[in-house]
Amino acid sequence: MSSSLTAGDLLQTTINFLAVGGLYALIALGYTLVYGILRFINFAHSDIVAWGGWIALTVASGFGWLGAGSPAFALPVVLLMTMVICAVMGVTIERLAYRPLRKAPRLNVLITAIGVSLFLQNVGLLKKFFGNRPSTISSLMENKVLATIGGVQLRLFDMMTILLTLILVILLERFVYRTKMGRGMRAVAFDERVASLMGVNVNQVVAVTFALGSALAAAGGILFALRNDLRMTADSSWVLLGLKAFVAAVVGGIGNVRGAAAGAMLIAFVEVFVHRYVIAAFPDKPWVGQLQDIYVFGILILVLLFKPSGLLGKTTVEKV
Amino acid sequence: MSANIALSIQNISIAFGGLKAVSEFSMELPRGCLYGLIGPNGAGKTTVFNLLTGVYKPDTGSVGMGKMRIDGKKPNQIARAGMARTFQNIRLFGELSVLDNVRTAAGIRTRSGLFRTLFRSPLHVAEERAVTERSLELLDVLGIRHRRDEQSKSLPYGDQRRLEIARALATEPKVLLLDEPVAGMNTQEKMEMRGLIQSLREQFGVSILLIEHDMGLVMDICEQITVIDHGVTIAKGSPKEIQGNPAVIEAYLGVPDEEDPIPAADRAPSEETN
Amino acid sequence: MKSVQERVAALRPNPAVSIGQSIVPFVVAIALAFLIDKFVGPAIGATWAKILLDVGIAILLAGSLNVVNGYAGQFSIGHAGFMLVGGYAAAWLTFYGSVHWFGTKETYGGFLGDGQLLFVGGCILGGIIAALLGVLVGLPSLRLRGDYLAIVTLGFGEIVRVLGQITDRQPKNMKVIKEQTMGELANNLGGAEGFSQIPGYTTLFFVYVMAFVLLVLAYRLKYSSKGRELLAVRENEIAAEAMGVDTTRAKVVAFVFSAFFAGVGGSLYAHQLGALDPKELGFMKSIDLVIIVVIGGMGSITGIVLGATILVVLPEVFRSFADYRMIVYALALVMVMILRPQGIMGVQELWETSLWRKLLGKFRGAAK
Repeated sequence: MSSSLTAGDLLQTTINFLAVGGLYALIALGYTLVYGILRFINFAHSDIVAWGGWIALTVASGFGWLGAGSPAFALPVVLLMTMVICAVMGVTIERLAYRPLRKAPRLNVLITAIGVSLFLQNVGLLKKFFGNRPSTISSLMENKVLATIGGVQLRLFDMMTILLTLILVILLERFVYRTKMGRGMRAVAFDERVASLMGVNVNQVVAVTFALGSALAAAGGILFALRNDLRMTADSSWVLLGLKAFVAAVVGGIGNVRGAAAGAMLIAFVEVFVHRYVIAAFPDKPWVGQLQDIYVFGILILVLLFKPSGLLGKTTVEKV
Repeated sequence: MSANIALSIQNISIAFGGLKAVSEFSMELPRGCLYGLIGPNGAGKTTVFNLLTGVYKPDTGSVGMGKMRIDGKKPNQIARAGMARTFQNIRLFGELSVLDNVRTAAGIRTRSGLFRTLFRSPLHVAEERAVTERSLELLDVLGIRHRRDEQSKSLPYGDQRRLEIARALATEPKVLLLDEPVAGMNTQEKMEMRGLIQSLREQFGVSILLIEHDMGLVMDICEQITVIDHGVTIAKGSPKEIQGNPAVIEAYLGVPDEEDPIPAADRAPSEETN
Repeated sequence: MKSVQERVAALRPNPAVSIGQSIVPFVVAIALAFLIDKFVGPAIGATWAKILLDVGIAILLAGSLNVVNGYAGQFSIGHAGFMLVGGYAAAWLTFYGSVHWFGTKETYGGFLGDGQLLFVGGCILGGIIAALLGVLVGLPSLRLRGDYLAIVTLGFGEIVRVLGQITDRQPKNMKVIKEQTMGELANNLGGAEGFSQIPGYTTLFFVYVMAFVLLVLAYRLKYSSKGRELLAVRENEIAAEAMGVDTTRAKVVAFVFSAFFAGVGGSLYAHQLGALDPKELGFMKSIDLVIIVVIGGMGSITGIVLGATILVVLPEVFRSFADYRMIVYALALVMVMILRPQGIMGVQELWETSLWRKLLGKFRGAAK
């Protein structure tokens, strides 16, 4: 990576930033939706992301669509099918592991989520499932160059990530703010007891929330795998991805859909722009290139210390 | 502030998101008094307690104990300064035993730090013995010593309320705030509590401020009563003065309609307000 | 009624007796550790001796985490970060120090000889540096709510790991090492490759001295006013504040105490393995420790010993099922949370349970 800062470089970095931001947004939304409804951090979310990537691989190879000559509709079909499968997974997990603990102290559910996460990671490692070797799904669709502007190539995967994120976020916004179920979700997020007294089926709302969050996670996982390798389910890259998306959700204001998107863009900005230009500014210190994770956690800590409700969040007062 | 005043509250107010929960509340608690704070549900009584104990910081006004200003301080600092409270919704340390609930509070009056604790220094051993001794005596006074090793969350309701009082007294307070101490008790228990609360002043030298809905108890034992409604003080005086005060009656029962369809003679006898 | 301070003077114990009682448990601990090292270890063979050693380190690490997660009910999942920091500090001292002062990279000197003393110094240094880090991390973050604290401690663990991976490489050539001062070598902790060739000073003796010391201190803490403050914070933080407990300070003290012992544990770990790889002491290791505390019993010392033993011994016994180990753990974790969230022992010690009292009653009855 050259350290020169040309206009073309700026454009490339911007595209990068938008794509990474979109990716984080898709995953952050899952965290924020679940936290808003149930007030707990679903540690297992990043594993749904990972499984999304692998299920896509399984489906694609099942249809024989990996490799040269895969049809144009391969990716959309795989995407849709995987999103549905992961949605079902999410609902099942909630039903089996989280619903029994609906009334339990939050810390207990957190530990359970860690348990579910470990379970998913390690089952995914089994040979019968996905195994412990990395793979790839980028052969699903050729990463064509769509256009070249000022020496910068606009590639398909990046453009697709940005477009897809935009579409899904707008759809989600519509759903949460314009539909009856969406109103139910917002009611439960505000006060579960009151919502159920007003006739909202809380169990149904929770199931839908998990379904949506998991579907978005699946999309995120597939997009992530298209840009990078498909690492094994226990690989730390998934955990880190999930963690950063979670930080994005918290920074933006957890429980807040727009906040998740805003937070995601902020985190992506820091990771891509700040990182890029810090490297350029210190060419003689190679270790500077490893600091992305620290920037992200640094922001998290700053936000939690000074405005724990997040940039777009509201503070809640506990009744004494 | 005169040396006889244990707690001086001057014009404290607080608003939550535009809604004024408490307006210009003032009160002076003399040493060894037993005062009452009453008002309809949602009047802001517990909010006043929360303001006094540091859970909320007042927007205006000041609170002083002795020479010290305590508004704006953290709850644990205020407790150490000598203000203790019980909670309307009972907040015991559920998994801990009855004795340990009290010992936790009594423990704030020890001086041993972490090292003395870990190495069981003679001072630490003495202080722990003192804490246990005083805690047991407190349980005795409140009549629950026989339950000392039981888990506090499994106590019957009335005993839980007694435990809250024992725990508050363990902090060696000068001012004791009791938030609905007899709520949910039967008549027999209430009679016992009545005598007990009155005796606390002599036994422990505390000034007591009481929130209660049981009018019988309040009128019986309180020397002075303050009535608030929607955060505003609407009356202050002796029980007799309060009972006859029209503003108070209105706050609790509402203004009678001019065109009441039921003639006075046919109305059902009014129920006791509680 | 008399205040607490008014009673203290009359209740002072005999100083000689008190000091004796204070010291005796430590003497016993050292004696027991010595016996384990000299007799039990050789008697059970090398494989089981290693397992015994691992159990000891697990007890030390989980026992210290228990003070924060169990007593105070806080959710810290960055314990491995303190291990790593402690391990680095100790390894820096023993590895580079050995070369500078003893002219060798191997273990030096016999029982309680110069080499072992340097190692003990390293362990303590590791503990202190981890404790200082505990203050730095704990002060700002222990004001946060449970789930947020979890994320911050997680982030802290990851930051330590990343920082470990960008340190400078570790020179292994003795001549090169001698040319630099100890201070200059402070950043040469191995980077992404990790720190290796750490002299193997860890023995059953040292491990069990530290483990027993921790157990004694954890017990004393639990059954004291300071300990009750922590338990109160866990039970009802608002009520604890209202009763005069400085909850933030109590949490920070617990955090620093546990960080110290994690640092010591990290040092023992490093000097047993002979190497320190930052990737090994990340999130997963912290989770391993949390699992012991949760399953053994949050707040119970006997629970921790039980949990540590089970969770170290079982995988060794079922080695052939290594693939399924984590899956079983994961399921166990979920099952425990759903069916028995307080863990096997809960907050009670073995001798406080009704089962024990029943057995004791039967035993006493039979003896008559």
